[in-house]
Amino acid sequence: MNKAVNPNELTSDDDYGPLYAARKKVYPQSVHGTFRRIKWGLMAFCLGVYYFLPFVRWNRGLGAPSQAVLIDLPNSRFYFFFIELWPQEVYYFTGLLIVAAVVLFLMNSVGGRIWCGYLCPQTVWTDLFYAVERFVEGDRRDRMMKDKSAGALTLRRVSEIVLKNFIWLLIAWWAGGAWVLYFSDAPTLVKQLLTFQAPMVAYIWIGILTATTFVLAGYLREQVCTYMCPWPRIQAALTDEWALNVTYRYDRGEKRTSVKKAAELRAHGEQVGDCIDCYQCVAVCPTGIDIRNGPQLECIQCGLCIDACDNVMTRIGRPKRLIGYDNDINIQRRQEGRAPIYRIVRPRTIVYSAIIAAVGGIMLYTLATRSLLDVNVLHDRNPVAVRLSDGSIRNAYTVRLLNKSGYDRVIAIDANGPVNATVHVVGIDSVTPDRPMIVIPRDSTSELRLLVTAPADGNPEKSIPVRFHVTDIGLGEVASATDNFVAP
Amino acid sequence: MTDHQGEFDPVSGRSTTGHEWDGIKELNTPLPRWWVITFYLTIVWAIGYWIVYPAWPLISSNTRGVLGYSSRANLAVELANLETARGEKMVALGATSLADIEKDPALLAFARARGRTVFGDNCAPCHGSGAAGAKGFPNLNDDDWLWGGTLDQIMQTIQFGARSGHAKAHEGQMLAFGKDGVLKPDEIVTVANYVRSLSGLSTGKGFDAAKGEKIFADNCVACHGDGGKGNPELGAPNLTDKIWLYGSDEATLIETISQGRAGVMPAWEGRLDPATIKAMAVYVHSLGGGK
Ligand code: SF4
Ligand code: SF4
Repeated sequence: MNKAVNPNELTSDDDYGPLYAARKKVYPQSVHGTFRRIKWGLMAFCLGVYYFLPFVRWNRGLGAPSQAVLIDLPNSRFYFFFIELWPQEVYYFTGLLIVAAVVLFLMNSVGGRIWCGYLCPQTVWTDLFYAVERFVEGDRRDRMMKDKSAGALTLRRVSEIVLKNFIWLLIAWWAGGAWVLYFSDAPTLVKQLLTFQAPMVAYIWIGILTATTFVLAGYLREQVCTYMCPWPRIQAALTDEWALNVTYRYDRGEKRTSVKKAAELRAHGEQVGDCIDCYQCVAVCPTGIDIRNGPQLECIQCGLCIDACDNVMTRIGRPKRLIGYDNDINIQRRQEGRAPIYRIVRPRTIVYSAIIAAVGGIMLYTLATRSLLDVNVLHDRNPVAVRLSDGSIRNAYTVRLLNKSGYDRVIAIDANGPVNATVHVVGIDSVTPDRPMIVIPRDSTSELRLLVTAPADGNPEKSIPVRFHVTDIGLGEVASATDNFVAP
Repeated sequence: MTDHQGEFDPVSGRSTTGHEWDGIKELNTPLPRWWVITFYLTIVWAIGYWIVYPAWPLISSNTRGVLGYSSRANLAVELANLETARGEKMVALGATSLADIEKDPALLAFARARGRTVFGDNCAPCHGSGAAGAKGFPNLNDDDWLWGGTLDQIMQTIQFGARSGHAKAHEGQMLAFGKDGVLKPDEIVTVANYVRSLSGLSTGKGFDAAKGEKIFADNCVACHGDGGKGNPELGAPNLTDKIWLYGSDEATLIETISQGRAGVMPAWEGRLDPATIKAMAVYVHSLGGGK
């Protein structure tokens, strides 16, 4: 059937086989069991958080947004419950990204593609869409039959297809809708959306995310994991022989025989495998593969085949976990008749955990100790110093004050530097000439031009450190910054 | 499929493409059809893009695209939008009196920002980008002003300039006492040393203070005033302070007295709109030396 071709006769343009492959449609069967329950639970949790979080309120006082989680782009603020982040604090997001990446690595080194199988949005929504499909069109067998007789578009069949797509569209539309709610006050935006008063960009985003959710989860499904997502390739490079992966235990499963035959052979005291070749594990697989062929790129390690096989094993009275989470080393060891070993604590996981703890700890510490009053000082570079007519020396600074709190503050500015130096802020001399005081409105920054003048004598050095203190007159909170006072 | 044409790989159960490198044969793993279709669609998209947007370079121009899109036109629109956005503030600037601008923090910030930009474009060549000046070009950060340092005086200087030829320009110059033969060389040396003594600088050997005072009273007081305190009406500098436009050493002073000085500040009226000139005055005043 396969005629060998002499390689010498080939040129590089000779290409045998198809240019493309038609996709094999997967009809996963419903399954019950431990991992299915975990998946339902995680789906409910993830989607629940995603869909409803924008509606959670958080009282931050008058004039401030009362949404618990809000990305306020126009005002460059990010609110997360009691935390309010400013643009200059984006390093928290960097930290968050680092932690997220390392958590992913840790998950991978402990349990392979747990992310793919249980938490990835693509998996979660596809799973939900499958549930809808099953609900409308029936389980695996029904769906296969219905697709085979696709020519017979009865009214019933058409209404099924319409209903399925309609429900999908509703879910997808809410996925897009929930997304935009994170960027604006949710109840207000919902009202605006319903009355067609919302900004165009909201509708555009809802449209884009509705379309992508609908197409990716409804129609592309496992193709996204196999052909679009880079993570399977990356994780293959990250994983090691200790990582737990969904594995078919050859040593126990082979040789495959029917239940009857197995019983017969066992009666004769012969060695037979537990696998009865019932194909249940293949039927339930959302990526349509046969895990008994060994680890495969397509496998998202959702564990559904474990549930399927466990059910079979229970029914035929054999021990569970013919398919289970196992590692490469144990496959080897079992075949050699040695006891399996598992090791979760190993250098790799220790390092990952340490990084997570360190970065997380630093973030928590800085978050807990960050000040709500801040001052930045920038020395004038051109000129660095000015000689005044009476011979005294003046340096100018641009001072930026940040009031991150939710109330207006009266701030006094002092400069500790050259002896007998005077401080002056351009524009406010009339109020308090010696110790300039200004008001910074809540949740805002003010930029001031500050002049420090030192008498001609008494400053023999070329450069003297000068420390600026800004004091909240009401609360006594102090922030400071250091710069230099330079002679011409 | 067309597996029968190629070789069959017994391990994977797949056909090969027939390609072999170092004994390793390439399995035929075709792309999914939707992938290939998507790929073709991107090609179609690219062709459409060439037609719709400017794309292909020609010898001296490029294909324009049927949409008539041009980033230059976009820029013009954006600049116009910026002007409109600024317009409000500029009108406010024009309508507010100089003193009141400094009392309104928002307007002050805008005036300073606007002033800084315009200063960089127009004034920096002489006064330096930070207004620190240079020899012959006044430092605008200090508190010494030839023509006065109040907001109004600064504004007037910017508007009409000095010796700029504008009808309302500041006039007045340092005469060339040596060149014109008014003072003799030894008198010039004496008065130069006298001027140095006014601001507490050291004087040369054998300097006759009384003689210097006499020469000064006869020739210089008219402009520089009694005691050399200067006169902003005439742009005559204060000779008792520590700031020297051209330099305070003896040689420079002798040169100044002999040759005279008449630096020119151009008039900006007509070249910049009134609101911008106001912004510049506010900016210069807020540099810290304004009275
Ligand atoms: S082989 Fe098993 S674990 Fe892997 S994707 Fe299929 S059902 Fe999930
Ligand atoms: S479900 Fe279990 S018994 Fe059935 S074919 Fe798969 S591995 Fe074998």
